Amino acid sequence: MGESLHTVTALPTERQPGCPFDPPTELIDARQHGPISGYTHPGGKPGWMITGYDLVRSVLADPRFSSRKELMNVVDFELPPAPPGEFLLMDDPQHRRYRKPLMGRFTVRRMRLLTERIEQITTDCLDAMERTGPPADLVTAFAKPIPTIVICELLGVPYQDRGSFQEQIDTFMGGASSDEELIAAYTATQEYLAKLVAAKRANPTDDVLSELTDSDLTDEELKGISLVLLAAGFDTTANMLSLGTFALLQNPAQLAALRADPALTDGAVEELLRYLSVAKTFMRTALEDVELGGQTIKAGTTVVLSYHTANRDPERFTDPHVLDIRRQDTGGHLAFSHGIHQCLGQQLARVEMRVAFRALVDRFPTLRLAVPAEEVGLRPETADIYGVKSLPVTWGEES
Amino acid sequence: MSSTPLRVDRARCIGAGMCALTAPEVFDQDPEDGLVLLLHTEPPTAHRAAARMAAGVCPSGAITLA
Repeated sequence: MGESLHTVTALPTERQPGCPFDPPTELIDARQHGPISGYTHPGGKPGWMITGYDLVRSVLADPRFSSRKELMNVVDFELPPAPPGEFLLMDDPQHRRYRKPLMGRFTVRRMRLLTERIEQITTDCLDAMERTGPPADLVTAFAKPIPTIVICELLGVPYQDRGSFQEQIDTFMGGASSDEELIAAYTATQEYLAKLVAAKRANPTDDVLSELTDSDLTDEELKGISLVLLAAGFDTTANMLSLGTFALLQNPAQLAALRADPALTDGAVEELLRYLSVAKTFMRTALEDVELGGQTIKAGTTVVLSYHTANRDPERFTDPHVLDIRRQDTGGHLAFSHGIHQCLGQQLARVEMRVAFRALVDRFPTLRLAVPAEEVGLRPETADIYGVKSLPVTWGEES
Repeated sequence: MSSTPLRVDRARCIGAGMCALTAPEVFDQDPEDGLVLLLHTEPPTAHRAAARMAAGVCPSGAITLA
């Protein structure tokens, strides 16, 4: 004690040029001063920035911190509660009511049964990429279609509806859209999901959404749940696949090791999850005064949890800023969060990434960037999920 | 070292599957509701380290080494 409190004065919006995989410098600096820093939300409200692994984890496990959207104290107007079914922004018991009917459908075993189908989808994407390239944009040829096809099949979104849906989700998650674009995309998505839910009620098919119509959930709730599952299913894994490939290409020794030894695949996926943490930050609001890291978080104050910086905490991970696919200490990384909201689809994401990274490195032994690394377009820090906008790659003989 | 019996709390479990992933010889998930199933209350020595790790990574604190 006795040290002055470190304060993050501005919203960290920039990563260091040339370090597209590292958290913004200001957050790494904050972590060096201590696990908790003073912070002002972009809307002007006072808050806290938590960057230490242990503290982030303890807040996520602490029922004195709420996920409720309407309690988020970040702007000077009141936020509405989360729409029905959007259970990420709710606390128990409401959260559990929605999560419960889904839990049995995303188990380790069920997801492993999808391995063969995911391998087929991946093979199809790689075949198409090989037929039309090189070069290719790895995002549109590989990273997006694989998780998109998988989650649509699982949920029961018809094949022909995927294209427009994906565009709308990109608008939500890309971090670069105007309010008008966001509202238009939201409205179109709501209208589409309303039709989809009605169609499943009328003619149930063999998928998760049809199964959910056989419960006490209302159409509004089913729409909300579908939106959560689709958005989470499309965007997170897609960005892990493309940014993860970029990270491997920038770490050629790691890529070579992975290519040479299939037994390293599972560990490589966990390390990429830790190292990249594409779901960078989440927020929680204190329901009562809480002592945390020597500070008092006043009731009603919203804290920002930097998963990415916590996953780079030197007190938890040896040489945290080094990508090391043989690392033995990735267990307990926070890429899928912790506590009651930990990612429902994480076992699906693991199977997708294990299959897709393996197949990609096996198929293209000479895969490399088709542009200089500094020309790869990155999502802005305002995006909920970090990633590349496109990833031009090539393969075969050097030209 | 004496063995410590494991306990699971299905009311706390959130079906994330970390236990079944980390220590599949000791934990499984109910195929219907996804909740934790304890296969051994006193796992064989070979699986004890994995069981302890599973308890440590459980997101909802549903596994205890009593």
